[in-house]
Amino acid sequence: MSLVNYAAREITCKIVYYGPGRSGKTTNLHYIYGQVPGDRKGQMVSLATQTDRTLFFDFLPLDLGIISGFTTRFQLYTVPGQVYYQTTRRLVLQGADGVVFVADSQARQLDENVESMQDLHANLAEHGVDARTVPLVIQYNKQDLPADLILTVPELEEQLNFRGVPSFAADALHGPGVFETLRAVSEQVLRKLSTGGGG
Amino acid sequence: MQLDSRLRFDSLVVGAGNRLGVAAARAVAESPGAVYNPLFIYGGTGLGKTHLLCSVGHLAAALQPQLEIEYLSLDEFVEQLHASVSAGQMDAFSRRYERVGLLLIDDVQFLTGRRETQAELLRLFERMQTAGGQIVLTSDRPPAEIPDVDERLISRLSGGLIVDVTAPDYETRVAILRANCEERQLEFKSGVLEELARFNFNNVRALQGALNRLVAAKAVTAEEEVKPEPPRTPARPTPAERPTGEFESFLSEVTTVVQQQVESWQARLREAVAYWNGEGYRTAVLERALTLTKAPDVAGLLATFTAAVEHLRDLEQKAVEVDRALGSDPVFRDPERMAAAEDLVERALAGETPPGGPSPAFARAAFEVGTSNQLAVHAADAVIASPGVKYNPLLIHGASGVGKTHLLHAIGNALVQARGSRLVVACVHAQQFIDELIASIQGGTIERWRARYRSVDALMIDDVHFVADKERTQEELFLLFNEIVGAGKQVVLTSDQPPAAIPDLEARLRSRFEGGLVVPIQAPDRALREKLFARFLSAAGRESDAHLLTLLGQQPVQSVREIIGVVNRLGAAAHAAGAPLDAKLVRRELGAVTPYAGVPVVTQANDARDPAFMDAEKIVWDWPEVGSRIIEEFR
Repeated sequence: MSLVNYAAREITCKIVYYGPGRSGKTTNLHYIYGQVPGDRKGQMVSLATQTDRTLFFDFLPLDLGIISGFTTRFQLYTVPGQVYYQTTRRLVLQGADGVVFVADSQARQLDENVESMQDLHANLAEHGVDARTVPLVIQYNKQDLPADLILTVPELEEQLNFRGVPSFAADALHGPGVFETLRAVSEQVLRKLSTGGGG
Repeated sequence: MQLDSRLRFDSLVVGAGNRLGVAAARAVAESPGAVYNPLFIYGGTGLGKTHLLCSVGHLAAALQPQLEIEYLSLDEFVEQLHASVSAGQMDAFSRRYERVGLLLIDDVQFLTGRRETQAELLRLFERMQTAGGQIVLTSDRPPAEIPDVDERLISRLSGGLIVDVTAPDYETRVAILRANCEERQLEFKSGVLEELARFNFNNVRALQGALNRLVAAKAVTAEEEVKPEPPRTPARPTPAERPTGEFESFLSEVTTVVQQQVESWQARLREAVAYWNGEGYRTAVLERALTLTKAPDVAGLLATFTAAVEHLRDLEQKAVEVDRALGSDPVFRDPERMAAAEDLVERALAGETPPGGPSPAFARAAFEVGTSNQLAVHAADAVIASPGVKYNPLLIHGASGVGKTHLLHAIGNALVQARGSRLVVACVHAQQFIDELIASIQGGTIERWRARYRSVDALMIDDVHFVADKERTQEELFLLFNEIVGAGKQVVLTSDQPPAAIPDLEARLRSRFEGGLVVPIQAPDRALREKLFARFLSAAGRESDAHLLTLLGQQPVQSVREIIGVVNRLGAAAHAAGAPLDAKLVRRELGAVTPYAGVPVVTQANDARDPAFMDAEKIVWDWPEVGSRIIEEFR
C-alpha cells in the first residue's frame, strides 16, 4: 500500500492493532471511534461473533480531511487475536504502514503476549518486511486492573520491548493511553515519509 | 426449472474474467441457433456460469417471445429421461425436445459415466441442431476434461464455441460489490467495499458471503450507535460519550506532521522523482539530493534535470532515426549518462563500423591467372565491373589453398577502389559471421547486428560452408541474403565444395547460392605454377631463369600454398648450403630427398612462417624418385 501518492495527492496510512486475544485491540478502536466528532464519523465495521470476539477484523477508517492539499486517511485495523486465525492475521497485516502491539498486562497472560509478539515478527517476515523498520508502538493495556493481577510496566518492558520502541500504559476501556498510542504510531508512520519509506 | 428472474445480463458485472463468455452468450441470445451452437461455458464454481445461462434465456425470451426455452440442470434432464423410459414414452420425450428452440443445461460435468444419458443427449443434440435449435451448456471444466464421456459427444460439445469464465480481478470485485449494494440499497462509507475487495476471493459467492457478513455487522453496529449501551457488549461499557477533544488534538498533531513532511523541499523533490520515474527516467541524481541534510536549490535542480531530460529526448529521437533498435537503449533514460548517450548517437550517426572490409594484402593485380582459374577470374572481373548485375551471388569453390580467399578479397578491394571509400564492402570469414551473430544474440543487440550487415553495399563471405548445420546462422544468412540481393547489391561467397555438396545446408540457402554463378578454381596448371613460382621467388629476393621455372613447374603441387611452401623450403636449403638457388639445388632438394628427410630441412625455415605449411601432409610433393612416382601413379 502506498503511503503517499503524489499523483493522486493522497496519504493513506494503514495501522494494524496486533496482540493476543482479549488484550483490548477492538476496545482501542471503539474508544477512538467514540472520540471522533459526528461530522467526521465514518462507519466502523466490526465483524464480531455473538460472544464478542473479533472473528474477521475490525476496520475503522479515519478521514482526516485535506491536509496540505493531501487527502489524508487513516485506516485502523485489528486482527483476531486467537491463535487459529493465523491466515486472517497475515492478510490484515499485509501492507501495514504501522503496527500497535496491544499487550495484556495481566500476569497470567504473559505467555500469550510473548507468543503473539513472536507471531507478529513471523508474519511480518512472511510479507518480506523487516520488523526493525516497521513503525511499532507497544501498549500495555489493562493497567487499571488491581495491582496483584497485573505486571508493572517495567516488568512488561523487560519481557516484550527488547527493541526499545515507544510504549504506553493504557486503559483502553476508559481512554487513558489510547490516543497517546495512536499519536505515537501515526507520528512514526508519517516521519517515515521523510526517509523515503513511502511512495 | 424456472429461470431465476434476478439473473439477467443487466445485473451481470462484466470483467476481464468473463468478457468473452458474456459476449458469446449475448450473441447466442440475440440469434439462437445461428452463431455458436452449442455454446459451452465452463469455469470454477461461483463465477457466474448459471447467471450467464439464465441471462441468455431471459434475453432470448424478451427478443423472441414465441421461442420455446427449456432451462434445466443435467440431473433434471436425466430424471426426465428415466421417467420417459420407464413410462415407455421415449418418443414423446424426443418430440418434446425437438420443439425446443433454446435448450439451457446447467452442470453437464455430471455426465460422467452415464452412458445411456450420453447416447440420448447425443441423439437429442443432433435432432435439435438439425431443427435449428440452440444449445447452451455449462460445466466446471472443458468438455475434453469431463471424464468417461463418449468421444462423439465430446466432439459435438466442442463443435460450437467453448468459453471459460475466470475469477474476477480486483476492479471487477469492487464493481460486483457495488452492484450488489445498489441492488440491495445498502450504503457503505467509501473505502469499505474497496477494502473488502482487496481480499483475494476466488469466486463471486465467497465475495457475496463476505459482503453479507459486513452487512450483518453493520446492522449490529448501527443499532449500537443509537443505543448508549451496546446490546451485544454488556461487558464493554461504551467509551466516553462526548468527544473530549482528544481527537481534535490528535488531528492537529497529525496535520502538523504532515505539513512538515509533505511541504518540505524533500516532498517537492519526491514529487519530481515520482513523476520522472513514471516517465521512465532514472532519477538517481534527485534521489541523492534527497539525502542532503540542508535544502539545496530545488527549483534550480529541477530545472537542470528537466533540461537534461529534454536533451536526452532529442538525442533519442536522432538515434531512432538512424537505427530503431537504439530507441530502447537505457542510456537515453539516465541523465547522468548523457555523455554515453551523446557518444552513442554520434556513433550511430557516423554509421557503425562496417563488418570488416577486404584485406588490402590481397590485390587483384597480384592474382595470377591461368587456365585452372580463368573462369573464376573472368567472373570476378565481371562482378567488379558491374556489381550486383551479372552474377549474383558469385560462389567460388575449390580446394584449400587455390586462391579463393585471395580472389574474394581482391574483388572486395577492386570494388572499393572503383567506387571510392564510401562503398561499404563486408568481407568476412563465415566463422567471424557466426561469432558476431552469437555475440549479438547474447548481448541482445541482434537488431543492430542485422542493421549493420544490411547496410553494406556488398557482402562477401569466405568459407561459407562453415554455416552448415548451424540453423540460426542459416536463418539469419537467408534473411540477409534476400535483403542484399533484393536490393541489387553484390554477394560473393567462397566454399570448399559446390553448394550441392555441402552437407547440412538448408535447401533454401543452397538454391539461392546456386542461383547466381557457381565457379570452381582448380589446382594450378603447369603454366600457372610457373608464373606463381616466378612471382614467389622474386618476392623472396631470388633470381629465377626459364630453366629453373620449367623444372619447378613440373612439381605436382596442388595449391598456391604448396608453391609458397616449396619456395620457402628451397630458400632455406640454399641458405643452409650457402649455394645459389639453381636447378641443381632444386633437383637435390625436390628430386632426391625422401619426404621424411625433407621435414627437418623445412623445420629450419619454420621460424616466422605458418606452421601449417610445415605439416608433413602438406609437403608430399617430393616423391623419392621418378621411378617410384610412376609406379605410384599407375596404382
